[in-house]
Amino acid sequence: MNSRKNSVDRIALPGRRKITDLVVRTLCLVATLLALVPLLSLLQFVIVRGAGGLSWDLLTQLPRPVGEPGGGMANAIVGTLVLVGLASCVGIPLGITTGIYLAEYGHTRTARVVRFSADVLSGVPSIIVGMFVYGLMVVTMKRFSAVAGGVALAILMLPTVARSTEELLKLVPTSLREAALALGVPRWRATLRVVLRTAAPGIATGVMLAVARAAGETAPLLFTALNSRFWPTSLDRPIASLPVQIFTYAISPYEEWHRQAWAAALVLVALVLILNVAARFFVRHRTDAR
Amino acid sequence: MMKATESFVPTAEKGRVVTIAERESAILPAEKIRSVDLRASFGATEVLKGITLPILERQVTAIIGPSGCGKSTFVRCLNRMHETAHRATVAGRVLLDGRDIYRAGIDPVAIRRRVGMVFQKPNPFPTMSIAENVLAGLSLTGERIPHRMELVEKALRQAALWDEVKDILPRSGASLSGGQQQRLCIARALALDPEVLLMDEPCSALDPIATARIEELIHELGDHVTIVIVTHNMQQAGRVADHTAFLYMGELVEYGPTDRVFTRPAEQRTEDYITGRFG
Amino acid sequence: MAADTHETRTANRGDLVFQRLIVVGAVVMVVLLAAIALELTRESRLSLSASGVRFLGSTAWDPVKELFGGLPFIYGTLVSSFLALLVAVPVSLGVAIFLVELAPSWLRGPVGFMVELLAALPSVVYGLWGIFVLVPWLRGGVEPALARSLGFLPFFSGPSQGFGMLAGGLVLSIMILPTIASVSREVLRAVPNWLREGALALGTTRWEMIRGTVLPFARSGIIGAVILGLGRALGETMAVTMVIGNRPKIAASLFAPGYTMASVIANEYTEATGDLHLSALAEIGLLLFAVTLALNALARLLVWRVSRVAVQGSRR
Repeated sequence: MNSRKNSVDRIALPGRRKITDLVVRTLCLVATLLALVPLLSLLQFVIVRGAGGLSWDLLTQLPRPVGEPGGGMANAIVGTLVLVGLASCVGIPLGITTGIYLAEYGHTRTARVVRFSADVLSGVPSIIVGMFVYGLMVVTMKRFSAVAGGVALAILMLPTVARSTEELLKLVPTSLREAALALGVPRWRATLRVVLRTAAPGIATGVMLAVARAAGETAPLLFTALNSRFWPTSLDRPIASLPVQIFTYAISPYEEWHRQAWAAALVLVALVLILNVAARFFVRHRTDAR
Repeated sequence: MMKATESFVPTAEKGRVVTIAERESAILPAEKIRSVDLRASFGATEVLKGITLPILERQVTAIIGPSGCGKSTFVRCLNRMHETAHRATVAGRVLLDGRDIYRAGIDPVAIRRRVGMVFQKPNPFPTMSIAENVLAGLSLTGERIPHRMELVEKALRQAALWDEVKDILPRSGASLSGGQQQRLCIARALALDPEVLLMDEPCSALDPIATARIEELIHELGDHVTIVIVTHNMQQAGRVADHTAFLYMGELVEYGPTDRVFTRPAEQRTEDYITGRFG
Repeated sequence: MAADTHETRTANRGDLVFQRLIVVGAVVMVVLLAAIALELTRESRLSLSASGVRFLGSTAWDPVKELFGGLPFIYGTLVSSFLALLVAVPVSLGVAIFLVELAPSWLRGPVGFMVELLAALPSVVYGLWGIFVLVPWLRGGVEPALARSLGFLPFFSGPSQGFGMLAGGLVLSIMILPTIASVSREVLRAVPNWLREGALALGTTRWEMIRGTVLPFARSGIIGAVILGLGRALGETMAVTMVIGNRPKIAASLFAPGYTMASVIANEYTEATGDLHLSALAEIGLLLFAVTLALNALARLLVWRVSRVAVQGSRR
């Protein structure tokens, strides 16, 4: 133990400790930079190669058979919008009501089971969800369809929307809830009119992130929406989508298709990025201060 | 603002604060710490606006004042803890044995070794046992600890906790009562043999009986260690402190021997605060 | 008075209807999980009765001869996920510690956002990048270099093929990194600040404070984060399918092509040649589902425990 006599020495920090501290700090910084390398490389390639393949035709034309130059993937863009729209119609309302349930009635045992299921469901591989919907809808309807694809994406959106809605509703101060109840407003009305409205921007963020994720999903569409070379005409027919199209083109041996895959990736990444940045914009209040 | 009665009030310009009353109280203890025009901010908000104050060696100095007056910030500047907070900055000097602890080349880590701290809320490490908590300052910094048990016993005895915990040393520090936890934190600080002990409202989370024990402890420790205690409780300051400084809105209003500050305050604002007219 | 009771009753009825409505919505979540389990079991019944548990130990996979053994896929999934953890765990812990404990506050937001972006990018885009950027880089540079320096090890021997286990593992590591990093970041954030102050006031350096108090407190949550990452790696499909080579053979070399459970489902499910083939794929799916389910449940419990302890601690 140090004696107080040499208190002048006590001002100096042993070099070993200082060096260890510095080394670990540097390692953490290096790790962070290392983590950003793939992101930057990926964005760089998607932008450079994607811009090279991007054309008006790509956005407006149907795909052409192999060997014929030109053509586009307009049907896949429309298809992705249709699929995401379908998924949103089912997934968002159901997710939000589940979130309300968890936030407002969340202390019961049922609620705990539901919350746990939501967390576990969000970790189920998307390909498994694809298999499930295949058995549930494709087999029974005897055909691949846009509806089946939409349902698969909805199942994937559901837990994300529910849990983020719950978290945001919990942030609404109890005093606000009580203020509404004290005015003689029934609970359900207070929940919908006051609590939900207060949390709306945050919920919108959660929803947008879930939509962005669904838009990029490929695996569950392989057995449900399948793919198509034509314009979507009916919801009970197979439908094209950007992710599946990128997959098909990327693993093909054709140069022209590779070019189009990069261009489609640029469109998809732009869509996902816009949704993410917009979602960020909605929640200014969630600062990163600890 | 410090002009009213020259003799009792610190003069910021020269950094001289020895008062007539102190001269009267005969032998002057040495100065252990002196803050000189100390300013501290959170972002753009300045919470300390130039404080010059001596802390006398082996004496208990109480810092009193209404909440938000900067008293916690002041003691946190004395061991360079203030700067660990978000967007916190410090200007001015703090002399420890006459040497500025904010001068270039000084590692705050070494300063905190010499100037220990006890927090408002007892904060024993929940992942460590009672004994490990006492030794935490040494074990966390990777120091070799030759006589573990002797050291644990010595520190716990100093903190007047030994008799209560000697049979349950392997238990978690979190299993103790609030008052015991706080004394464990004092033992943890004492195990490093600090020259100064800063106590930031150490009793505000405790019940009256636990508070009385801590105050007793402060009395005993005051003979060996320089103690600075922040309190919003004036009776407490009156009971434990040799000297009292009154802070208001980030400025030092008055400093002097505790008896004098409480019985014959030189400043109207001190009197108002002490008599409960605000704060 | 009468009007009063009437109104009270309608309000209560409104509440009751509302509550029932949203309970029904919420229960869908539980029903879905059960339905997935049931459906996969039903689909894999044929394979379960035909080969049962032996299925897991058999290495032969030949749909033409109706030979279905799951081992190559289990092996491929485990090895690629293990590789992914090996790379991603240290890096993402570094990221999390940097973001919570070390980075200046102006940097935390932007860097955190970029890490989350890594998680937001579609899997198929990673696959595309993997095929045209990562695989050529591995084939042309990394794998020959590894073979030269560490070629005496069986993992780094054999021809550099690019498409293979190493590529699969690396793509996976990039994809699970943000999961582990952001969950760990949340766990570290849940560590109460008084713990840090207590350590710093004893004269510890930042790293001594982190290692001695923050990490022990957050340990089970960080383990949870890693398990969540593992769950994601096991089930990740597209990117891996695009770079791992898709050959159902067990090879010691990481340069050689492999196959994962998720990949074989993606590649063969719609083109399954017979009922037994389809059923065998469903059995692989069932196994994958069960494993990820268990891992996720475990991970959630661990993460949840840290935040609960933190809450209790701050209440004290």
